Amino acid sequence: MKAINEKTQAIIFGRQLKAIQRMLDFDYVSRRSVPSVAAIVDPTTEGFETAFFGSDEVLIPVYRSITEAAEKHPNTTVMINFASYRSAFETTKEALDIPNFKIIAVIAEGIPERKERILGALAREKGKVIIGPATVGGIAAGRFRIGNAGGSIENIIASKLYRPGSVGLVTKSGGMLNEMFNLIARNANGINIGIAIGGDRYPCSSLVDHLMGFESDPEVKFHVVLGEVGGLEEYKIVDALKAGKIKKPLVAWVTGTCAKVFPTEVQFGHAGARAGADKETADAKNAALREAGAIVPESFDGLPEKIKEVYENLKQKGEIPEIKEFTPPQVPMDFDKAVKEGLVRRHRQFITTISDDRGEEVKYAGVPLSEIIESKKGIGYVIGLLWFKKSLPDYAVKFIELILQIVADHGPCVSGAHNAIVASRAGKDLVSSLASGILTIGPRFGGAIDGAGHYFKWAKDSGLSPMEFVNEMKKRGIPIPGIGHRVKSVRNPDKRVELLKNFAKENFPSTNYLNYALKVEKITTSKKENLILNVDGCTGVLLVDLMKSLNLTDKEIDERIDAGLLNAFFVLGRSIGIIGHIIDQKLLKSKLYRTPYDDVLYKLPKKADL
Amino acid sequence: MAQRGIREFHAKKILARYLKEYSNGKFHYDGKVALVTPEYSIDQAAKDNKWIKEVPLTVKPDQLFGKRGKHGLVLLNASFEQAKQWIAEKMGKEVQVGKTKGILTHFLVEPFVPHDKEYYIAIKTEADGDRIYFSNEGGIDIEENWEKVKQFFVPILGSIDDVDLSVLEPLIRDFVKALYKIFVDLDFTYLEINPFTIVGNEVIPLDLVARLDDTAYFWNKDKWGDVEFPTPFGRTFTKEEEFIKELDEKTGASLKLTVLNPKGRVWLLVAGGGASVIYADTVVDLGFGNELANYGEYSGNPSEEETYLYAKTIIDLMTREKDPRGKVLIIGGGIANFTDVAKTFKGIIRALREYKEKLKENNVKVYVRRGGPNYKEGLKLMKELGEEIGIPIEVYGPELPMTRVVTLALKGGTNEGN
Repeated sequence: MKAINEKTQAIIFGRQLKAIQRMLDFDYVSRRSVPSVAAIVDPTTEGFETAFFGSDEVLIPVYRSITEAAEKHPNTTVMINFASYRSAFETTKEALDIPNFKIIAVIAEGIPERKERILGALAREKGKVIIGPATVGGIAAGRFRIGNAGGSIENIIASKLYRPGSVGLVTKSGGMLNEMFNLIARNANGINIGIAIGGDRYPCSSLVDHLMGFESDPEVKFHVVLGEVGGLEEYKIVDALKAGKIKKPLVAWVTGTCAKVFPTEVQFGHAGARAGADKETADAKNAALREAGAIVPESFDGLPEKIKEVYENLKQKGEIPEIKEFTPPQVPMDFDKAVKEGLVRRHRQFITTISDDRGEEVKYAGVPLSEIIESKKGIGYVIGLLWFKKSLPDYAVKFIELILQIVADHGPCVSGAHNAIVASRAGKDLVSSLASGILTIGPRFGGAIDGAGHYFKWAKDSGLSPMEFVNEMKKRGIPIPGIGHRVKSVRNPDKRVELLKNFAKENFPSTNYLNYALKVEKITTSKKENLILNVDGCTGVLLVDLMKSLNLTDKEIDERIDAGLLNAFFVLGRSIGIIGHIIDQKLLKSKLYRTPYDDVLYKLPKKADL
Repeated sequence: MAQRGIREFHAKKILARYLKEYSNGKFHYDGKVALVTPEYSIDQAAKDNKWIKEVPLTVKPDQLFGKRGKHGLVLLNASFEQAKQWIAEKMGKEVQVGKTKGILTHFLVEPFVPHDKEYYIAIKTEADGDRIYFSNEGGIDIEENWEKVKQFFVPILGSIDDVDLSVLEPLIRDFVKALYKIFVDLDFTYLEINPFTIVGNEVIPLDLVARLDDTAYFWNKDKWGDVEFPTPFGRTFTKEEEFIKELDEKTGASLKLTVLNPKGRVWLLVAGGGASVIYADTVVDLGFGNELANYGEYSGNPSEEETYLYAKTIIDLMTREKDPRGKVLIIGGGIANFTDVAKTFKGIIRALREYKEKLKENNVKVYVRRGGPNYKEGLKLMKELGEEIGIPIEVYGPELPMTRVVTLALKGGTNEGN
């Protein structure tokens, strides 16, 4: 096809990144100076994609409309349309109206025949060529590749598609292109151009249309045609042969000769491949072609020899030019492939030991999600897997869920909820408001769980008696984390603490740290009524008891406390309440909050004191 | 797929639904037709269609085959009881139509219409447009009277309104236009009404053949209504074919199997739609058509499991009945685009291994030819399997022409240089 040369560029409809990469790999081994893909059209998004050109990367702009892409890239002459069968008609029609495009390849299968015929007629009217539909496309060897035609890069090299040979090939079937490329490379000097017009009954360009193009191209020395049972396409070749319009030798074979032995009508793979009338059978078409002067073997198996004969004959006559062979540059292997084949290795930047989303479904600590869901073990079990990498026993699961329920909320006045509400009322979004609430969690608000776990464990493990521990802390001037409450006291116990204690006593194998903490509480409350073991303290020590019962070593427990794991229960649980408050405020359409003046004591320095 | 035949019943229903609208009220067709099936008796039909017991009836099979009159399969001017008895006699019976044998299961029941005038109309598609055939003298002798048939061509980008129909009577002209527009809008690919008659404003199609373009389903499903695309007459599926059909429907890959001759000695296990036809061709072209056991293909990157099930089905079929001359299994294919050959071969290898004893008992020789990504590994696996299970497996890559393996398998000898 003379419209195609080694500078030809295409616009690709559809974000077909693999096909685009294959085109660029073809470009690279063919030693093209510019990539064959100029732009992508994707009606849903715009921007850029990247693709390799050798080992370099090129940017390929993405546009929302064909018209816009064509305007920005006025030198593109080809559109490769990967639209689905539903939108292929409209998009191809749009492309036909754009002067840039001389050739449009339509890949989609399943376009209604009427739409196909309209597209074909419109293209003829405008003097353009549509290749397809229902095709892989084709290749102008050494110059231009349509999408996936030609297969893997190994096929491209093996069939010498990186440089033009002397054969013009046109087939119906796209699936047979590679085989024909191979056959022609082995029995002649390779294809100059090879096109699959598609297996439909009314392809938009016919076998003979392409043959006429080859006929007028001096680089094509002879034709090879692979037709198919069904339809009347091949008779147009017969007519052209008879009218003397095809002068170059033409080797042809029509497949589907087996149809005659089939008892009932069998639909072959292709839509057009159905022999209705006698004229449409493969035998009739092979006979007609032979009679009109085409070189037709006795079966497909005789095709290689016929091609070789014609080639050798033309070569002897000196009509086949010497081809300057070269070794095509090697396409760098993709990193992924090299990894898969074990050819390269690399240090990983990240390590994970808790979850894996590769494969069919995500795994938490090695357990597939569906298994967790089927077991109905609940969120406590998931936390066990992701935070402890342990399959937790039922009591532990229940305990974790108990904590989450207990700490879920504590009204709007506490720091977290308050901050979140203020942020939300200032018009901030949910995530910002939540962050603003959670950021108050620390040593004074909620964060005492870590401290309690840490100090009680340290005290008990160092063999300090409860009294010695209280004294030691006093000496250090540190209030014992997890001891004391603003409102609750011995006489007014914290219901939440009771719930936790009772559950643990009934279900835990041992509550040594809780027992220790309660002895400490006895001492502190004897000094002051409200120096009780509060909810943070109770949670902290019980989590230590829990980890002990899960057979974690002391070192492992300490590491987890240092990592903030105990506090995490409060962060997670309280997020539930904070989110509730934010949603509540949003639905109430609460206005901006401003602390009233009378809530603030203004005590500024006097000017004279400065 | 593409052009698919539909039942006369559904085509007439479509016509009844749209003729009035498309002829601007000039014509109508009442669409008095009923379809009796094994599940829907004529008694039930009579309950849903009052006219069935009120008028004389015409009854005929509605299973996508023609020349029913010549085969004595049309009942004319029958009472309800006669029709009922006639259907009862024929239902479930095997009949031969041309080369094809099949079971009668669907019957069209409609009023018997006495008439003098029989018109013929047919519309078919061509690459550049649609061709309309019309004759005032329709009926069974249409082919003998073909010189009286008038032809009109509507270019694909043109309109029926611009076509010179002046040779037709004005009334007919309007009908042709209306029918053609239905043909276009509803994506018919073939429509032949031979004959039809006109009674007042009613156009009554007496016999009708129609095909729709099933790829237009997305656009036309509402207009088509509950149309079905029956399998061609006589095409029944064996258990194995049905199994592969179901497997095919469940996956994005393509798996096809037609058993042609279960006693055949040549079995094909070929990848790719185009290549599979050529392998079957070559068997036939070499004169072994009567030995060709199956046609089929696997393509579109089936999983190892799917390939295994597909291969197993074929190997099971071919090892059921021994033949003293032995059998041949051709595992063929062209050069794959992107399919990992070794991966698909693994499924086939699993099936071959499972059936090694039966393959030996049946004296099966295996021939392999394939190219494409990772083909060397795939061929190596096949070769090793042959040694492992003690079955002759000859293995070739793209260096051997695709179908040469068929010649080797059927005519013996080995390829030089291999």
